[in-house]
Amino acid sequence: MKKLILLHVLDNVLIVRKSIEAGEQVVINGNLLLFKKGIEVGHKVAARDIQQGEQIIKYGISIGSATENISVGTHIHLHNMKSDYLPTYTLEKEFGNDK
Amino acid sequence: MTNNSTFKGYLRQDGRKGIRNVIAVVYLVECAHHVAREISSSFGGRQIHLIGFPGCYPNQYADRIMNSICTHPNVGAVLLVSLGCESFNRNRLKDNIEKSGRPVHLVGIQKTGGTRKTIDEGKKWVSETLEKIKAVPLVDMGLHELSIGTICGGSDATSGISANPAVGRAFDTLVAKGAVCIFEETGEMIGLENMMSTRARTPALAGELQKSVEKAAIYYSKMGHGSFAPGNADGGLTTIEEKSMGAYSKSGNSLITGLIKPGDIPAQGGLYLMDVVPDGEPVFGFPNINDNAEIVEMIASGSHLILFTTGRGSVVGSAISPVIKICANPETYDRLSDDMDINAGKILNGHATLDEVGDEIVNKVIWVAKGGQSCSEELGHQEFILTYKKFEPIGPSCLPGF
Repeated sequence: MKKLILLHVLDNVLIVRKSIEAGEQVVINGNLLLFKKGIEVGHKVAARDIQQGEQIIKYGISIGSATENISVGTHIHLHNMKSDYLPTYTLEKEFGNDK
Repeated sequence: MTNNSTFKGYLRQDGRKGIRNVIAVVYLVECAHHVAREISSSFGGRQIHLIGFPGCYPNQYADRIMNSICTHPNVGAVLLVSLGCESFNRNRLKDNIEKSGRPVHLVGIQKTGGTRKTIDEGKKWVSETLEKIKAVPLVDMGLHELSIGTICGGSDATSGISANPAVGRAFDTLVAKGAVCIFEETGEMIGLENMMSTRARTPALAGELQKSVEKAAIYYSKMGHGSFAPGNADGGLTTIEEKSMGAYSKSGNSLITGLIKPGDIPAQGGLYLMDVVPDGEPVFGFPNINDNAEIVEMIASGSHLILFTTGRGSVVGSAISPVIKICANPETYDRLSDDMDINAGKILNGHATLDEVGDEIVNKVIWVAKGGQSCSEELGHQEFILTYKKFEPIGPSCLPGF
């Protein structure tokens, strides 16, 4: 079973279909990439290199934009992308206290 | 889909049909909550449901929702428990329930003489009424007479890939059969307003759909917080737009027939978006403080049952209308399978297609409509919450017939 799936042809992210373990190697677009950290099911990885400020495309539409340059195979989440509408709340950033 | 998709419904005097025959025990202010709970819990069974409104200040929205729920087709009779000095208009509520042809009784704690006497009186009435409502006629009922709401809760990034689009497939089937299907949370349509409005039945409705999402974006911005919980991020969702897209896929591909507000009951089958975000400036706080507040609104708009998708693993059910749980994440399903009616996670594992799980959901809807107990029902979940909100009436271009 493929570990990563492309939901829409326009997407620049792939979705983790089955959790990737730390140290696992996965092929993306013909490149064999080593995942130093594990990535859980449902999370996103870059399908190609993405520039800072570029839109992140999932389901064929923009779900926000990259806050830094992201290389192919990198986990895409709160640390390198943001909403273009409303900031995302997490327990770590509770009430503006960025711990 | 199973061949036999008709079932028996409880025929109410107003002509509506229900799939359950519940007695609602209703506290009309938090001060009457304990007495109402003692009455309902003494029956231990599944037929007596405790609901209520905690506030002592009046609120038109809460009044409307409570009136609608007390005359919901799944409700066979109502016991109102009042302290005596609260603002809720208990007499009008009682009149409306009476007019709908249901047995109703009002007990006042101050008038009756305190906790113990009121509990005794309430228990006596509920016991007698349980016998009385056995006589409610059972008649044939079909999918075209059913109203189904959908909600996602405890979402993760698998929700939008497996369970939500599978509900979308089920909704397409149910809408085609003439059912009323309701999806909601305009705050979780943020980023999709243009895409969604292309599915509107009329250009005027397209404009209204767009405006409802713009209203939500402004409202949530003022609150400084989107409809997004930390668990959503742990589960791989990064932004509200991403969560929106997953949530939106529950609506399937049918044309959108209308836009409703909580308590509006669609008069004909079709797919409806519920605008849950209050009108005007934020006055009472977040639109809906949790998933159950949204479930209550869909029930107030007539939903006989609720399709609830979850990735992280919500366990809630609801008073009045059964909740069917559809689990998106295969790993969550393995851990919480007792709480889950359908494992949509098998789509991710390659063991089923979206269409197959969509059919499984429709079959489960029919099975529950026939009286089968959903997992949350069987486990005794009867969550209910109603708080303060403010709405203007829905505009004419939002409903069919214009």
